[in-house]
Amino acid sequence: MSSHGIRDRVAIVGMGCTPFGEHWGRSADDLLVDAVGEAVTSAGITLDDIDAFWLGTQASGVSGLTLSRPLHLPYKPVTRLENMCATGSEALRNACYAVASGAYDVAMAVGVEKLKDSGMSGLSGTSMPGAGDDSRGEITAPANFSLLAPAYAAKYGLAEEELKDVITRIAWKNHVNGARNPRAQFRKEVPLERIRSAPIVAGMLGVFDCSGVSDGSAAAIVVRAEDAYRYTDKPIFVKALSFVAGPADGLLDPDYDFTTFPEVVVSAQEAYRQAGITDPRAELALAEVHDCFTPTELVLMEDLGFSERGQAWKDVTSGAFDLDGSLPVNPDGGLKAFGHPIGASGLRMMFEAWLQLRGEAPPERTVASVAEGRTLALTHNLGGGPGECVSFVSVVGSELTD
Amino acid sequence: MAGLIAYGAYVPYHRLARADIAATLGTPPARGTRAVAGYDEDTTSMAVEAARSALARDGLRTRVGQLFLATAAPAYLDKTNATAVHAALGLDPHVLAVDMAGSVRSGLGALVTAARSPVPTLAVLSDLRTGLPGGAEESTGGDGAAAFAFGGHRNGAPVLAELLAHDTVSDEILDRWRLPGAPASRVWEERFAEEIYVSLADKALTAALDQAGLDRGAIDHLVVSGLHARACATVRRTSGVRPEAATADLTAAIGNAGTAQPGLLLADVLDRAEPGRIIALVVLGDGAGVLLLRTTDALPAHRAARPVAAQIAAGGAPMPYATYLSWRGLLDREPPRRPDPEPPYAPPAHRRNSWKYGFVASRCEKCGTRHLPPDRVCVSCRSVDAMTDEPMEQVRGTVATFTVDRLAHTPSPPMLVVVVDYDGGGRFRCQLTDATEADAVIGARVEMTFRRTVTAAGVHNYFWKARPVRTGETEGTGA
Repeated sequence: MSSHGIRDRVAIVGMGCTPFGEHWGRSADDLLVDAVGEAVTSAGITLDDIDAFWLGTQASGVSGLTLSRPLHLPYKPVTRLENMCATGSEALRNACYAVASGAYDVAMAVGVEKLKDSGMSGLSGTSMPGAGDDSRGEITAPANFSLLAPAYAAKYGLAEEELKDVITRIAWKNHVNGARNPRAQFRKEVPLERIRSAPIVAGMLGVFDCSGVSDGSAAAIVVRAEDAYRYTDKPIFVKALSFVAGPADGLLDPDYDFTTFPEVVVSAQEAYRQAGITDPRAELALAEVHDCFTPTELVLMEDLGFSERGQAWKDVTSGAFDLDGSLPVNPDGGLKAFGHPIGASGLRMMFEAWLQLRGEAPPERTVASVAEGRTLALTHNLGGGPGECVSFVSVVGSELTD
Repeated sequence: MAGLIAYGAYVPYHRLARADIAATLGTPPARGTRAVAGYDEDTTSMAVEAARSALARDGLRTRVGQLFLATAAPAYLDKTNATAVHAALGLDPHVLAVDMAGSVRSGLGALVTAARSPVPTLAVLSDLRTGLPGGAEESTGGDGAAAFAFGGHRNGAPVLAELLAHDTVSDEILDRWRLPGAPASRVWEERFAEEIYVSLADKALTAALDQAGLDRGAIDHLVVSGLHARACATVRRTSGVRPEAATADLTAAIGNAGTAQPGLLLADVLDRAEPGRIIALVVLGDGAGVLLLRTTDALPAHRAARPVAAQIAAGGAPMPYATYLSWRGLLDREPPRRPDPEPPYAPPAHRRNSWKYGFVASRCEKCGTRHLPPDRVCVSCRSVDAMTDEPMEQVRGTVATFTVDRLAHTPSPPMLVVVVDYDGGGRFRCQLTDATEADAVIGARVEMTFRRTVTAAGVHNYFWKARPVRTGETEGTGA
């Protein structure tokens, strides 16, 4: 079995992203109309120019009608899909493959989620139908990801207080970045001590170690690479799309130690192979990663190959992933600052890559690496939890490879 | 000779100090503690724990031919509760499992019926006593369960105590009653029934002793049980049995567990009685009943894995009275802002009875990997449908990692969650119960316990949780 990447065969030529937040006065329909409208405007086209649509949403609608009805799309193919928290990325992956296959000239990927209407704390409507005998004892998402913290601390000999400092710094960094982003849900820097002393939600995780609950939508327009300059002089070329659903054996197998997401390791290696990347820490201009909870981002730094095993906590502490660090991670503020409307998050990450690689991010959070000549960005998105998850990794770039 | 072939008791971990009730409600000072079933326990789950303790020895489970569950606080009406116990024990499908439910006297009924039965029979006595806040029922009540298997003749199981004789007298008497659904029973003026009960006890004791050809002086252990504390004390004092033979009840430490009290008291005596001793169990309530037993040489080697006294000693520090009230549904607290828990669905629960109730996992025949829950495809070698049953309820494990979920829906937040790696292989993530946050640490040793995880939409969800292995209780069999 082999996979064949589609490096440089398709390009993103238009994107849109709503502000993420508590949109009490707006529906999922409203958010879709806004994100789609911004995307088509940025590509200089109309909806009539789009041949097919992939809509990602977990709980805000079913079937293609979720998109075609609010837009009154005239008899177009619309696929609604779901892959837990990687749903938005899956929409993009499918749209890219549709264009790469030659089936369509122009495709759109859209993601949306309306979480705030439920009135619940944390994510709701995300319970997965399991065996149905209720023996699984589902735990909340923060509790699930908090399982990483004591395991990481024990494996690498950190005191719990030391690890708390590390994850606190991750939250602090992402809020610093989000404070510079007009689309973010949370736009204030938060002092370290306030993050550290916040009420505990689960395990070691305080309120500020968790991504918020928000509403949002984002969209991307995909065309063949050779057509890209007809739409924009700054297209973003897709270098790699990698997605895996794990065997879900971490909760069955004592060999899994809760300090890694093997699914991320596999999907990242595959993406690097497709993109021709050998040293991601040095080659990438930025990375948007799935910081649903702060220990997740810590572990991802190692799984994505940005840090050596057992070393990410030191790199975090030294500021390597800060906005002005050697590899800025989540320069837009991440899930921490944006919240996590499931279907939209993957495309929101791509929106930041789009802005940064095109030099269109606001100056106060523009990463220096692009000006220094780096042209690649990574987005990473996962769903599930430690031991059983799905993982998506993309690499996109502003230049065609020779 | 027919007789008792196994016994076991279950005293829940939690305690409520009577002084805390008094301090909270401003009632007169009171001493001692009572045992409290956890927020995740009911009479069915406690019955399972007692029966597991009784049937811990190899081969006992396959000998049981009938199961009676006696309780005055059945978890369900209409639906049989004994079948949940039957499923959790993994008994043969042909074993009769029925409830004797509603009255406290059903405990005596189950014991006598088991003792009389021609096939080996398991009597499980379980009760959860609740009263209105500040009432005597609340303060002196207790929760617990006990299980006794009678049989022994013709099937090779060693008899721990021979049944010498038994007698029952029945009397319709309105001294205690409760309408279905009422939170507490009502009691007639106590002195009214005292003399009646003393007389009934004498009648039953005399008849049993006559059958056995013994006199009262032969009794080495006199156990008197009943909810009429005053009558019990009088019988203990005036029955003509040697004073040193009268055993104290356990009310000061764990309260009176109603239907289960005669079982807990009898188990406690069996935990320490020498061979060849005669035990008279006298049970008062809507009449009286007496069982006369003589312990055998087999008893010392086959006592219950978890003595009653050890379980009493291993109880947790007293819980706040407000917590007790919340667990009993007498203090309606703000739920978390989360979706309501869903009940289990009947068809999938039934399909997976052996897992859900029996905690039977699977082991790959090709590579030996254990799977919790059982899978069709091996997680390790991907073999398909090459699995054998792997009972896991007695296997202990070690905590690999853990969390404290403060957002999850639970009757007693926060929810403690552990990932357990079992001795001999296999992993499962489940709740940790009878524990504090300090017990949730990597490397902690845990064992499995059958619980009611939550009640949603009128359905009890029974499943297994981990609990800390505590010192003071017998290591080893892990019953």
